[in-house]
Amino acid sequence: MKHVANWALDIAALRGASYADVRIVAQSSRALTTKNGKVGSASDAESVGMSVRVIADGAWGFAASDDLSRAAVEATAGRAVEIARASARVKQHDVQLAPEKAVTAEWTTPHKIDPFTVSVEQNIDLLLKVDSELRAVAGITLAETNLNFNRDEQWFVSSEGANIHQTKYSTGAGYAAYAFAGNEIQKRSYPNSYGGQWQNKGYELIEELRLAENARRIAEEAVALHHADQCPEGALDIILDSSQLGLQIHESVGHPIELDRVLGMEANFAGTSFLTLDKLRTLRYGSELVNVVADARQEHGPGLGTFAFDDEGVPGQCTPIITNGLFTGYLSSRETAHTIGENRSGGTLRAEGWNRLPMIRMTNISLLPGHEPLSLEELIAATDHGVFMQTNRSWSIDDKRYNFQFGCEIGWEIKRGKRARMVKNPSYSGITTEFWNSLDAICSRDEWTLWGTPNCGKGQPQQVMGTGHGAAPSRFRDIKVGSAYRGS
Amino acid sequence: MLTKDQAGDIFNRIRKLSTADEVEVLFSGGAFALTRFANNTIHQNVAEENHVVSVRTVFGGRTARATSNKFDDESLSWVVAASESLAKVQHPDPDLLPMPDSREAAGAVGQDQFGEAPVPANTIPSRHFAATAGITPELRADCVSKIVGVAEKHKLTAAGIFSSAESIEGIFNSRGLSDWHTQTLAEISITMLGADSSGWQKANSPDAANLDPLTLGETSAQKARESSHPQEIPAGKYTVILEPAAVLDIVGFMFWDYSGMGILDQRSFLTGRIGSKLFGENITIRDDVAHPLQSGSPFDGEGMRRRRVPLVENGVVKRVVYARATAERMRRSEFRDKAGPIQATGHGFALPNEMGEMPLNIVFAGPQNPQTVEQIIASTERGVLVTRLWYIREVEPFEKILTGMTRDGTFLIEDGRVQCGIRNFRFNESLIHMLSNVEAMSEPVRACGEESFDMVVPAMKIREFNFTEATKF
Repeated sequence: MKHVANWALDIAALRGASYADVRIVAQSSRALTTKNGKVGSASDAESVGMSVRVIADGAWGFAASDDLSRAAVEATAGRAVEIARASARVKQHDVQLAPEKAVTAEWTTPHKIDPFTVSVEQNIDLLLKVDSELRAVAGITLAETNLNFNRDEQWFVSSEGANIHQTKYSTGAGYAAYAFAGNEIQKRSYPNSYGGQWQNKGYELIEELRLAENARRIAEEAVALHHADQCPEGALDIILDSSQLGLQIHESVGHPIELDRVLGMEANFAGTSFLTLDKLRTLRYGSELVNVVADARQEHGPGLGTFAFDDEGVPGQCTPIITNGLFTGYLSSRETAHTIGENRSGGTLRAEGWNRLPMIRMTNISLLPGHEPLSLEELIAATDHGVFMQTNRSWSIDDKRYNFQFGCEIGWEIKRGKRARMVKNPSYSGITTEFWNSLDAICSRDEWTLWGTPNCGKGQPQQVMGTGHGAAPSRFRDIKVGSAYRGS
Repeated sequence: MLTKDQAGDIFNRIRKLSTADEVEVLFSGGAFALTRFANNTIHQNVAEENHVVSVRTVFGGRTARATSNKFDDESLSWVVAASESLAKVQHPDPDLLPMPDSREAAGAVGQDQFGEAPVPANTIPSRHFAATAGITPELRADCVSKIVGVAEKHKLTAAGIFSSAESIEGIFNSRGLSDWHTQTLAEISITMLGADSSGWQKANSPDAANLDPLTLGETSAQKARESSHPQEIPAGKYTVILEPAAVLDIVGFMFWDYSGMGILDQRSFLTGRIGSKLFGENITIRDDVAHPLQSGSPFDGEGMRRRRVPLVENGVVKRVVYARATAERMRRSEFRDKAGPIQATGHGFALPNEMGEMPLNIVFAGPQNPQTVEQIIASTERGVLVTRLWYIREVEPFEKILTGMTRDGTFLIEDGRVQCGIRNFRFNESLIHMLSNVEAMSEPVRACGEESFDMVVPAMKIREFNFTEATKF
């Protein structure tokens, strides 16, 4: 594909671009779902195309096409330069890129089993088996399952000499059981809500998840919620399971540390951030126990934010975001690194596909586990009165990422160190920094899971991206619980 | 742009490649461009061209779909083979219907007992405007330059977008159905930022001539200026005035539930409630693809022509929409007596899918005595004016409790006047409660936001809107 990219680079240079990069991407996906005993949808898709990103007259231009013929590729490159010149009509200063060594590299997501080699029959049989288990429980009125496989192959070539070929695999699976009765709909999901668990792995993830083995329990919990008491309201200690905590990290740490948000580039859509530049290395973000990293490296695990190089050719890195409670780092790019005094990008620029402009995206934003051995059951045993909440049901946060409210699918009231009773409709809310400063216990590595969020939306036109979030169950003191249901 | 004739040729090539009992091919795509600005600078500026072919095959009640954006022989062979191999391993679906032919799609076949024939093609205004399709990067940049000029005049910072698109949507099937839709769309969204405040406006239209960037910019700037130094007032129940974009973004969360499949799945908040008076007497809502302020294709994912559907009349939930197979299932189901009129309405998603159907051309009826937002403010002793809502999510699905934030221009109203900007609130509010407490409305307008699809909605004055917390700005 390098010769195709070179057609574009040559035209961009000829038309006066001071920098250009080309991404050629081939995406394949398979989506299988079932609903109430039947296959809901079965689809394969492929999308192939190329894009050219240029700087001309000190401003950005970007053009993309599904046509890889020489004439179309050259026309697309020419269009990108025209667009950049139009951008230059409204600029305050020229774009400057932090230096980056151009490399030639090849990388593929480590995987044991290519998910596309597993037969569709085997996959449908698995989903229907889960479905059958869910609906075997009296009171389940709707059962939904899903399996998703993705393969993205990308060639990145730049005018600085980079030539990087990466192939990423991701796999996702999950299910949900709904119980409608009276005037109430209750729901339980496994292993997580809104699509289950996703990682950059092969089919081995599906085997690890033990989907069918957990289905009966999940369905029974959905039905049992109808007989559970409403979650108590007030200021309470809460313990969050690792999946809910993963989303809490995503919303109240991952988004506010995006440097493009901080600099106002997302003000019209996703919003800005309370983490203004003066807060770097001065803000007490959380308690001493809070250590968060943005880690795209393979050694962090197979998260949806794991890669060898980002989409402007910068190697995946580990950036300390919160260190012993102190705010220490942003997610940056070659264009934005200088604004925080860095002379190199943090390597976080990614695009949804060939037809989208790369932008700063979360990699794997993870809360590191506690150093001392601590299991979830030990944490519950050490809690006098509180609520243990599992599996996200709703999430919302303001456009500077201060005020948030989360609802969970199921809760357990803890009294004197024991799960005293199941409670329904648990929710909690707070202000980001106050919340993270209230953390007083994190379970240890054995309880730590690297969750995948496959549906993070950002940008105009909006792009959907997968991000990773490692977390272990943690306890937060004196949190506002239940205001979601007050007075509504 | 792909033409209908070119698509017809591709369809014929696909038919020759396929061994299936039935074949359906969807086409979509076009050209899209977007100029994005922030900090009074164009910082992103993109254009793309892409067309997609999506093939559904059927073998004895088994169906599946494959999609590609390549139209060469090898790619078409792959997409047909992928669809067929996926379909062949399915279990037969007893609910799968034969594909519709053109007579059925046009409403010439089957029962029509509810008096809502498909909207005739010649009554739908053209939604393709050559001038919009021809918008250049230079024209967008010049428009952005004017918006930035407004920001600089008011000592504010501008962020936003100006996009333009030309798109096609087409369907062909082996029973002779074919339909085609072309459309353009231009959109401008502006946020003006001050030191401690912001203001926002957004508009779109198939015809860019309907957009007025300077007025949008000036209104955004006015909101940013007037909401500076925001005061904190306590959370609680307030009379609120939601501007049309705020109405759109919150009510949009209920229209997934106006679906026959939602009733069958018992996931809709209308389960057992069709025919009930759920909202106030002044709430009347229909789905109307032909409304002059609407946009979008006049046919659904199977090629069925859309019908006008009265969803709510004077607060009573009258109907939900149906795809063909959903209507057939509903007629046989235990819910049929509580499902309203059962008829395929031309609102189905492309098959196969789990969600069935949804109304996408929502039009709220205007009130008997429409008031301007200014008149509504003048009639309000104490309340909160909301420009925009943000990050709305469902808290409780059956009472339709939603949470979210106000954003980009929230004001305290006292004694019929805007007094000051206030810190933004979090709300937790039931849509049923909200639409039962509407005290006044403006004329409906075409509105667009970020949380829901475009609709024709009024501004609303609502009593006892439930703000549960305030944030820090």
